This record gives sequence, structure tokens and C-alpha cells, in this order.
Amino acid sequence: MASAAAPGEFRYIGKRRRTKEGPRFVQGRGRYVADVALPGMKHVALVMSPHPSARIIAIRTEAARALPGVRYVLTGEEFCAATDSLQIGVDAPQVRRYALAHEVVRYAGEWVVAIVADSRALAEDAAELVEVEYEPLPFVVDPERALAADAPLVHAAHGSNVLYHRRFVWGPVDEAFAGAAHHIAFRAVWGRSSTVPIETFGVVARWDPGTELLDVWASIQMPKFPDQVARALRLPGNAVRVHYDVDVGGSYGGKRGLKHTALAGYLAMKLGAPMRLIEDRLENMRGGDAHGPDRIFDMGAAFDSDGTIRALRIRAVDDAGAYTGRAPLQLGKPITAICGPYRIAAIEYEPVSVMTHKTPQEAVRGFGQSPTNFALERMMDRVAAYLGMDRIALRRHNLIRKDEFPYRIPSGSAYDSGDYHTVLDKALAAIDYPALVAERDTARRAGRLAGIGISTCLEPSGGNAAFEILFNPKNETTTWMDSCLVRIDLAGAVTGVIGTSSSGQGHETLVSTVIGEVLERDPASIRVARADSLSALPSNSPVGSRMAIMLGGAAAGAARKIREALIAIAAHNLDCSVEKIDYRDGDVSVIGDPSRKMTWDQLVEIAHRKYHRLPPGLEPGLQAKFVWEVPTGGGLPTPDGRVQMYPCYAFEAHVVYVEIDPDTARPELRRYVCGHDCGVMINPDIVHGMTYGGIAHGIGAALYEKFAYTPDGQLASGTFMDYLIPSALEVPALTIVDHCTPSPLTTFGQKGSGEAGYLGAPAAIANAVNDALAPLGTTLDTLPMTPHELWRKISAARATARS
Amino acid sequence: MTPRGHRISVEVNGHLHEGEVPARLTLVDWLRDELHLSGTHVGCEHGICGACSVLFDGEAVRSCLMFAVQADGHRVTTVEGLSGEDGRPGELQDAFCETHALQCGYCTPGMLIAAHALLRENPHPTEAEIREAIGGNLCRCTGYQQIVEAIEHAAAKLVERGAR
Repeated sequence: MASAAAPGEFRYIGKRRRTKEGPRFVQGRGRYVADVALPGMKHVALVMSPHPSARIIAIRTEAARALPGVRYVLTGEEFCAATDSLQIGVDAPQVRRYALAHEVVRYAGEWVVAIVADSRALAEDAAELVEVEYEPLPFVVDPERALAADAPLVHAAHGSNVLYHRRFVWGPVDEAFAGAAHHIAFRAVWGRSSTVPIETFGVVARWDPGTELLDVWASIQMPKFPDQVARALRLPGNAVRVHYDVDVGGSYGGKRGLKHTALAGYLAMKLGAPMRLIEDRLENMRGGDAHGPDRIFDMGAAFDSDGTIRALRIRAVDDAGAYTGRAPLQLGKPITAICGPYRIAAIEYEPVSVMTHKTPQEAVRGFGQSPTNFALERMMDRVAAYLGMDRIALRRHNLIRKDEFPYRIPSGSAYDSGDYHTVLDKALAAIDYPALVAERDTARRAGRLAGIGISTCLEPSGGNAAFEILFNPKNETTTWMDSCLVRIDLAGAVTGVIGTSSSGQGHETLVSTVIGEVLERDPASIRVARADSLSALPSNSPVGSRMAIMLGGAAAGAARKIREALIAIAAHNLDCSVEKIDYRDGDVSVIGDPSRKMTWDQLVEIAHRKYHRLPPGLEPGLQAKFVWEVPTGGGLPTPDGRVQMYPCYAFEAHVVYVEIDPDTARPELRRYVCGHDCGVMINPDIVHGMTYGGIAHGIGAALYEKFAYTPDGQLASGTFMDYLIPSALEVPALTIVDHCTPSPLTTFGQKGSGEAGYLGAPAAIANAVNDALAPLGTTLDTLPMTPHELWRKISAARATARS
Repeated sequence: MTPRGHRISVEVNGHLHEGEVPARLTLVDWLRDELHLSGTHVGCEHGICGACSVLFDGEAVRSCLMFAVQADGHRVTTVEGLSGEDGRPGELQDAFCETHALQCGYCTPGMLIAAHALLRENPHPTEAEIREAIGGNLCRCTGYQQIVEAIEHAAAKLVERGAR
């Protein structure tokens, strides 16, 4: 359960209110992409590569083509000639990427042939009749092995498997290491897991040859999606219309679907028929190109005897898989919070993005920050253990203090605000920390493996993705805008128009709450509509925990313009200055003379019908747009790679208690408290919900979920039988303790929170498991810490103890 | 073009539906594609995630693991059938709205089916019993916390209503 925080100065913001989206979903009336059915629609199935690396010798499709109901069989030869490579995030022009393989395959599961048929079942039947002859080639699935000079190259034309490699030095790192009393070094490994939504990716595309317009319905969460689809298909931007009124069945960063959409779009144009491509689970897990970070951290810390951390050295080798989109950039976002919530003056950071013959990587909740937080928090516990210092005392000693904000970290970002010590104290109080320690010690005396884990982590929010230019100097993007349109219709009803799809974040609730707050109208009466991409204002989509800040700020800005217009109409008609107008609940009166008043309906009527009563210069009709750039945005990096990225920084302090069954090594999370400060919450239920979900996702990453590969390059966990998503039996009752430090940079003091929970849970659980293992004299710094891995550690430690 | 073959007659949400289906057509595909009941969702198609759960003669089952022909002569309830006779959300559905027990909504129909089956068997479930009952339904958004709260909330409301 969550404790409530209620900022007093707002009418709707921060109040417990039902969401706008709930009723349609509980009645089964959501409209997901698989619910989009168009007349004459055809269905796509895929033939996937069985090899991690091979040359395609021949593709025999005659039998598939001959099957009744089969409409087309597409190979990479045709597709790659007719479309352009998908956009990639780093400067590596020879790493070309298409929906279908051509000449060579680069991972097991890569799409080789697409079949179009009257039904998905028939398309699958035909896929089984396609014969592809391969000549297997050498492959590499280990990222460190892929860095070796003699490693097989994933993209020969690129000349290396390295997509990106740079060593940043911010501050006097060498001096700090030379001068510090103590050093530690260790390796921490984040396993390959991902967001794995319950809805797979899907797309429906329809080409209208009369208007030369490609309509797209897709389960996407992707910035600049229409633009990239158009470029791949060699169409002008205004020939692609993406419909944002599709409910997305979960995404958490991962649903990018560019290759799927390019493929479906091409086939729709080629065949002149609406095309549906919905991944099945195996296609999603193997060939959906949505695996997450797969990262090896080599960590070094220099510190003094009192626990002061002087400097860090971080080398992070991340396995991007066989192709790249934005994956390498997930090494870039953590630069905005590279020292976590701590005062660390000097940092060396060496990110290395490397390709292997594995399924490509896509964005995951936090965009690389959660793995980094895990490595940082393991470091804090290891420093405490080294010094024999209490872990909480060490954190308190190094946490940035609340009077130090704005606090600029060595890599260039300024943290906006926070009160980390208080949030940590609240979390410890909520779990009754002294009693928890006693409980753990009692369990240990009874022979059980018991541990407490703590993590104190940041969630950068607002989505200023200035790491893009750091990772690709040719990409000089500094604009990270979002926008909203607000209109009042003739009948006085209020509508907010947004230009993005949602995957559970409650944007309709967000926008209606904010507009209601500004216009003083009941949010329940405000409709939120979704424009399509040809009628939408610009959006960078819900990534980087940005929508409470950016869409909320845009909605407020547009609503304020409407309010100003209403006040101008009132002043003109009541013959006074605008400063004299008292605006309440949409009605107006003259300050000091309340008998002179007008109603909302009267004001609206003047705006829409009575031009003769409209103030000169005011546009008739009541609608206003507001487009705004992310706060603190617009900066370019310095030559040494310092740049202001994300504007806002939410903080979370996790405290978790774990017991590990000594015989089966099954971990059980028995208590879980998360102290959380994301500034002013627009809707507390939504913030808490995403935080609970983030913790559950983090439990999966820490203990269960892994896209495991066999030595022969095959994905060994392509189903929910072996890729284990936590159920209600693995996720314990969770307690969130709120704290509110408003951001000085945002409209209402809000920060982002869409990645909350996930950013601190794996770190805290890893620390708890290691606390439980400590009496055995062993450690485990590799995620996921599956029962099997734990059992091996425990057995080995006991064998050592016996010998 | 779809091969036809087997006549079936199934009571779905209180209405009798008859059709001719190929032997290999799954129940979920029949519900979604033929009856246009799109509230039942497909998540994994191998019986783990529970998104496709429906009531089959009152018991929660995976409609992706059943063929439509196996439903011949049986009673099926989908999420669309959980609303009251006036078409308004029932107590359980209302409780999901009250506690914000959903985000993307994709697992929600299956969760409602599992919870519905639980509360009919056990009107006073403990938290552990609730977790056990929804343990076969995966949700990626909520961490299950507000779903458990919703089912507790609905149980209390239903008992209160029954007591009156």
C-alpha cells in the first residue's frame, strides 16, 4: 500500500481521483492494434533464421507460393532494394538494418522471408514450406570475445564489432585515485533482460493509392516514428499517417517497431491491401529486436577512511546485439546521473557498445540507468564492507545534501532539487529498520540465509536526450519538445488534443487533470483526444519519464492561453482591465463589483458566435496550442563531453528483506519499502502504480529474467516457460512512502516517474542477496541471481568451508 | 479460404452462438475473429500469461489452449459478459477502477476473469489466496499491488451488498 501525499494548493492535482482510462479497459473496450480489422486485410508470418551467422545460399519459395490463400512471398533481396536502411543512433553508416535479411543472417531469429496470406494460420502454413539453404559462418555471442581482434565480424563492412567507444574524464580522476587512502575494484554484470510487455508488437498498415497515403496503426512508443517510417519507405513525411488512438498493451520503452512497420507498410503498398503483422510470442522474443541492456561493468572507487568517495572509474561494455538503433545510446543516458545521488567530484566513464550475433537491443525503462544504478549501489555496499562501515552511514555521508541544490555533477548535468536524507530516513522508519535487523539476525541464528538490501538511486526525468550528440556528433539535436492543443467547443465543453499513443501511463488523466486545474473545470468533463501524426503537434513521445513534465507543462501552457482569452473577452465586455477580472470556475466577475459578471457559457458564445463583442485582435473560436522545449534544454556538449541533459531528478530509497531457502536457494522477498520523491504528483494512484510495476519489473531483472544464449548462439529462453516474468506470487506486498520536494523547473513542481521503482529495485535486491550470502563469505554480482546461480554460490561456499 | 468443418454451438455471455469452425481454430481466435469479442486478449499463446482467460462453465481457463470445437455445448463468459444487465461495470470492474488496478489494460480482462472465479468460490479471500488465484495471470504494469487491493475492495463490497 502507499501512503498519500496531498499538496494543499491544488484543486485536482495531487488528489486521489479515478483515471479516465479505467472504465474502457475493465469492460474489455480497449482498442489495441490486434483489434483493428480492415476490410480485405491480409496477414503476415515470418520465416526466421535458425543460425546465428550464415550466408543465404538459396531461398526456395515455390511450394509456399502455391498454397491456396497465399498472396505474396517477400525476400530480403527485393525488400532491401526497394527500401532504405533504418536509422541508427551512432555514426556507423555501414551497419545497415532492414526488416529482412539479405545475403547473410546475423542472429538466430532474424527475419528472412515474409509470407502474406488471407489468414495468419495460412501464412504460418506457408512459412513452413519455405526452404532456405544456409552456409553457416563463424559467430560470436560473448561481448568481450567480440572485442578481440580476431573475432568474427557481425558487419564486415563496418570493419569492427565496436559501435561506440569513448573514455570520458570529468574532473581530476588520476589525482583522486593517487591521493585516496583506499581503492576497490570489482566487476558487476547486468543480464540480458527486457520489458517484455504482455502484448507483443503489432502493426496494421493500409496504402491508399488515390491519396498516396500510408495509414499506420501500431502498438508504438517511439519518438519520431512517422518520420523514420517514411524515410525507410522513401516516402515524403506527409505520406505516412500514424494513428495515435491505438491502446498499447504495455511497452516500458521497448515498443519501437520500425522494422515491422517498414515491412508491413511496404507490403501494403506492394499488394494494395491492408496488411497486419502481429508478432507471436516466439517472434517477439527471438526476432522482435527488443532485448535490453546486456552489460559488464568494471568498477573502481577511490575513497578515504571516513567513507568519502573521491573518484570513480567505470568501464561499461554493452552487448547491442546484431544490429543497432538507439541501443548504444543506453550507455549515454546514465551520464546525466553517472555518480548517482552522491557527491563524487571526479569520474572516468568508458562506455563500449559492441555487436554480437544476438537479437538486437532496444530501449528499456530507464534507458540504461537501472544497470548503472545497480553497479553504483553494489559499489557503495562493497566500500562499506571494505571499511567495516554501516551501509546507511556511508550513504548518508556521501548523499548530496538538500541545501546543495541545484547540484552540478562532474559530467555536466545539474540536479534540480531533492532531500535524499529525509526520504531514506522515511523508508527506514516505515520498515522499522532496527526491528528488521533483529528479524534478520534471528533468522540467521536459526540457520536461514537472510539479508537486508538498501539502495538510494536517481531517476532522471524530462527527456532531454543530449546524449545523442555525445554519441554521434553528426546528430546535432537539442530540441526535445512536447505540445498540447486545448479547445473549447461551441457548447462549452473542453477537449485536450495530444499527439502520442499511451501504453498505460494515463496521459488522458494527466492532461485532463492539468487542464482542469488551470481552467478550474472538472477533469471528468474534459475529453482528451489523440491526433494522428498529420494533424498532431510535435511530440517526442512518452520516453525518459517526460510526460508529467512535458505533456503536463504543455497542457498547462495551452490551458493558460485559453484562460487568458476568456479573461480578455470578459474585460472587453465588462468594460474593465484584465487585471480587474476575477476568474472562478470559468465564470468571471469584476473585482470589487461582483454584480458585473459573466458565465462560462456567455464567454464561450462570444468567442464562437459574436465577433462584434470579441476584443480586437483576439482570434475567434477558443483554441490554443502550446509547444515547449524541455527545461534547461538546448545546450551543446563541451569538448570533454560535459552537457546538461535531463532537467529533473526523482529519488528513491529502497529497503528490502530477503530470505533464501538454504536447500533450494529459492529467494523470497519478505518485506519491501520504497521511499519515493518525484516532486508534486499529478495523480498519486498513477505514480504509485507505475512505481509498483517498476519494482516488479526490477524483481524480474534481479532474480528471474534472462534472454539466455546457448554456446551455439541459440536463444534458450524464448517463451514464458523459460523467460520468467514475476507473478503475484514472486512480487511481495509493496509499501511506498512518499515525499515531495518540488522541482523548481516545472509548471507545478512535478518530476517524472514513469521509470520509478525499476531504477532502484535490482540494486536493492542485489544488495539484500549479498547481505544474505555474507555469512558464507561469498558474493554474487551477476544478474539475474537465479536460484540456480545462488545454489551454485551457496554450495561452493559450503564446500570451501568444509575443506 | 479458411477450411470449414465442424459445427459448434456455444453459449457465450448468455447468448447462443452457432458456427462452423476448422478443427485447429483456437477458442480465443473464434471469440475474437468470429464473434468480434475483442476484450479477450492474446499474450503468449502457450498458456502462461493468462491474458486470454475466460470462464468455461464457470471456471477460469486459457482460451488459447482450447480449440473452439471443444467449447461445443458449453458456456463461455468473456470480460464483455462481466458487466451488469444494464451494461454498466460490475462491482469487481468498478473496484479495479477505484484502486487503479490497471495501466495498459491488456492483462485486465484475464485478471477480472480470474478474480471473478475466485470470489464466486471464496467470498472472503485472504491476501495469500488472492495472490494464488491471480498467480497464473501475468501483469507487467502494476506489480499486482493495486490488483490485490481491488479484489479485496470488491470482496468487501460484495459481502456488504449480500449482507443487506
